[in-house]
Order: sequence, then structure tokens, then C-alpha cells
Amino acid sequence: MAVAQAMNLGAIGALVRRAANELLRVPGAAIPGVLAPTIFFCGLTAVFGHLTLLPGFTTNTYQSFLIPVSMLQGAGFTGAATGVNLARDIEQGWFDRLLAAPVPRWALLAGIVSSASLRALIPAIVLLGVAFGLGVQWPGIGALVLALALVMGMALVAALWGAMLALRFRTQSAAPLMQAGMLVLILTTTAYAPLALLTGWLHFAATYNPARFVVEAARQGFVGGVTWSGTWPGILAVAGMLGVLGALAMRELHRITYE
Amino acid sequence: MIAANLRVVAALAARSVKQTFRRPQLLAPIVVFPSILLAIQTAGAGRAVDLPQFPAVHGFLDFMLAGAMVQSTLLASNSGGIALAVDLEMGFTDRLLVAPVPRAAIVAGRLAGTAALGTFSALWFLAVGLLFGAHIVEGVGGALLVVALVTLTAIAFGGIGAAIALRTGSASVVQGLFPLVFVILFLSSAFFPANLILEPAKSVAQVNPLSFIVEGIRDPIISTVSAEALWKALAAICGVAALSTWLSARALRYRLRTGG
Repeated sequence: MAVAQAMNLGAIGALVRRAANELLRVPGAAIPGVLAPTIFFCGLTAVFGHLTLLPGFTTNTYQSFLIPVSMLQGAGFTGAATGVNLARDIEQGWFDRLLAAPVPRWALLAGIVSSASLRALIPAIVLLGVAFGLGVQWPGIGALVLALALVMGMALVAALWGAMLALRFRTQSAAPLMQAGMLVLILTTTAYAPLALLTGWLHFAATYNPARFVVEAARQGFVGGVTWSGTWPGILAVAGMLGVLGALAMRELHRITYE
Repeated sequence: MIAANLRVVAALAARSVKQTFRRPQLLAPIVVFPSILLAIQTAGAGRAVDLPQFPAVHGFLDFMLAGAMVQSTLLASNSGGIALAVDLEMGFTDRLLVAPVPRAAIVAGRLAGTAALGTFSALWFLAVGLLFGAHIVEGVGGALLVVALVTLTAIAFGGIGAAIALRTGSASVVQGLFPLVFVILFLSSAFFPANLILEPAKSVAQVNPLSFIVEGIRDPIISTVSAEALWKALAAICGVAALSTWLSARALRYRLRTGG
């Protein structure tokens, strides 16, 4: 039993290393995942920076308000890229070889998506560097660790979403759906403004979107202090999304296996 | 002879439009992403209309429509460039080059396709806007002016995408310019009034030709058409078109000289 578990962990580690190798051999592939959220962060803070003048904003600088959203957006792009890479592996037949290997299906899925949580740290760290350069307040080590942990969690969520779609459609043409899905999930929250300032349908959507709790938990240190009551809903939301999307991705994996 | 050339341009334009509608990767940036951003930004930053110095508008959606159209048009130009580069990579353009077809018709066909997508984008966002409660102050005439300006913008910026595709012959290089589109958009008044953008982006937005184009398109939607906004938009479109035509001509000559 212990030997089998060790072998499964070995398979997960090998798949994570393969993704890391890809990053080292094609470093340019990481650029879009870093560039897009950085451009959005700089652009949106310049464009909508005056929104903080509206009553209801709890921070003086829009950069501090937006930085966790951009970090989570980076995680979303990174996770979606994992889905695109899986679709490419399916198209090229490499995934068939994985399916023929004596490795449990869950370990294959875990190996493929785990790399995303590590890769998501690259855009997050670049964004933090840019944000601190632009005057974002230092949130403290604890708040920073919490924000990065939530970013890694959301990258896993995005990777499971991307993997589910890749296994379902088996083509890289599904890439826009992978990216758009994460974009919608993260932006239909309190991304642009506090809940009380959102209007129309977005107020309703943000109220019930589980990603809002993640955004607000990650944001705490940048706009004030970290509290347990502001943290646990974010952790619970990530765990819930991982559970649901993990189950859906496993269902697609079983379907592709037995067809 | 002219009729034959026009048939070639029309055929290539029709192919270009069909190609876009058949590939989700090409269509998504033109329709899906700008629509999502329009919906989210309108509801997320909608209270911006309460800011002092914000121009008088019926609603934030009315203000944002022009930005969404221009965003979609710039992405359509980029997608057109990607599709042209794919044609170069796959050898389709080589086949066109040996056909009895004027060289310029190859680029003109692609640009006509991008123009059609620009028209589609303008109609799409006008329909979406009206469906969700936007008002067009200048009515049907204003809507037609908007469609015309967006179509001309698509042609002007489409030439830049085509020039880069012809010069590099690489779809991934043209695709790599995707983020640059957003840099240009954020450094303009596409999403917010230029006077309310933070420095240094504000200074750039005030001289960015795209700001003049967006404001010309926005004018008939949020107010009565002013001659100043219109001529500035047309001048900016002509300037971009002249630059892109020159770049495309040079890139085409380079490709013919080097043989790809």
C-alpha cells in the first residue's frame, strides 16, 4: 500500500517536473501569463483610479484594491494554460501514452494540475514587484503568504476547469472557453469596486460568486488588516471549487478512458 | 479587369470572414472577450458617472459602447493579421502569388474581411447596447455614423496587422502583439474620460490618436454630433490608415523580394 502511494506520488512529481521543464525550455511561453495581468493591472489602475473618490471605497489607492484581483487573474491565465497544454497533449497522442501507464487516473490529473499552482507564483511575484514599485502598501508577511496561498489555490481551480474542458472537447480550440470561464469567475466579484458600489446584475452575481470570498480574503492585507472572519470564507470557497471541479474533471477523465 | 480584381478581393474577404466564424480562437477576441469586459466594467465601475467632471451621459453603458467597439475592432485587426500569417506559414499565400492576381488584392482582400468584421462588431455592440438600455442620442443617423467610423477604423488598423504578418510571416509573433492592443486601449479614452485618467496615462491619452477615434464614435451615442469630434476622428483614422498602408506596401515588397 505504502509502495503504491509512493509510486503515485512519484508519477505526480514526474508530471510536475515535465511542466517545469517545459517552462525552462520554452520560457517565452510564460510571458503571456505574466504580461496580460500586468498590463491589466497598470491599465485598469490608471483608467479607473479615480473610483476611490466614490464614497464606500475603503482604500485611498486603487492599486492596493486591485492587486489581489490581478494576481488571481494571473492564476486564472496560468491554470487555463494548463488546460490548453493538456488539449495539445491529447491532440498529439501523448496523453494516450499516459492513459496506458499503470498509474491511477486521479494521480494523472493531480500531476497535470499541480504544476499550475507553482507556475502561478511567477505572475504573482512579478505583479507584486510592479505593485510595490507603484506604491502599494506592504501588507505584512502573514497577509502576503495568505494572498499567495489563495493564488495557488485559484490556479488549481483554473487548471481543473481547463483540464475538464480539455478532456471534454479534446482540442486546443476550446482555449477561449478555458480563458473566458476564469475571466468571468474572477471579474464577476468585487474586482472593480466594493459590493455596495456594484450595480445591476453584477451586484447579484458577486453576492453569490464563491470567487468573491477568495478575492476579499486575498485583498485584506492590502487594504487593512487580516481577520479570521475574512479569511475562512476564502479558504472554504477554494476548497469547494476544487471539490466540484475535481469531481467533474475526474468524470471526464473516466469518460475518455473507457470510450 | 477592375471587375475581376474586385471579384478576387470579394472572394478573399468572404474567405477571411468565414475563417473567423469557423475558428473560436479568432472569433472569441472579437466578440466574446469585449462583450464580457463591457458587461463587467459597465456594472463594476458604473458608479463612475457620479464622479465630478464625468461627462453628462444617460448611463455608463452608453459611454462604454464606443470603447467596446474599438477594442473589438483592434482585436479583429490582430486576428486578421494572425490569419494572414497562418496563410503564409501554410503556403496558401504562395499559391495566391503564382495566380494571375494583383499582389495588392491579396492584402486588400484581407482588409476587406477585417472591415466586414468591423461592421459586424459595430452592429453587435449597438444591438447589445440597445438591448440593455443604452440610448443613441443621434438616433438612426448616429448609429449609421458609428458603423461607418468603426468600419473605417477596422481598415486602418487592419493594415498594421497585415504589415506585421507580411514582414514576419509568423502567426505567433502577430499573436504576441495581443497584449499591446490593451496597452494602446488603456492609454486612450476608450474606457474612461481622458480628464479623469491618472497621470502619466492621462497625458498619453490626450494625444493618442485612438482617443480621437473613440471620442468620434462615442459622440453620436452620448450627445449631438460635433464637427470638431468628427473631423478629429476622421483625421486620426486617415493618419493610421496612411501609416498602415505604407507599412503594408513595404512589407509586401519585402516578402516578394525575399520570397518568404
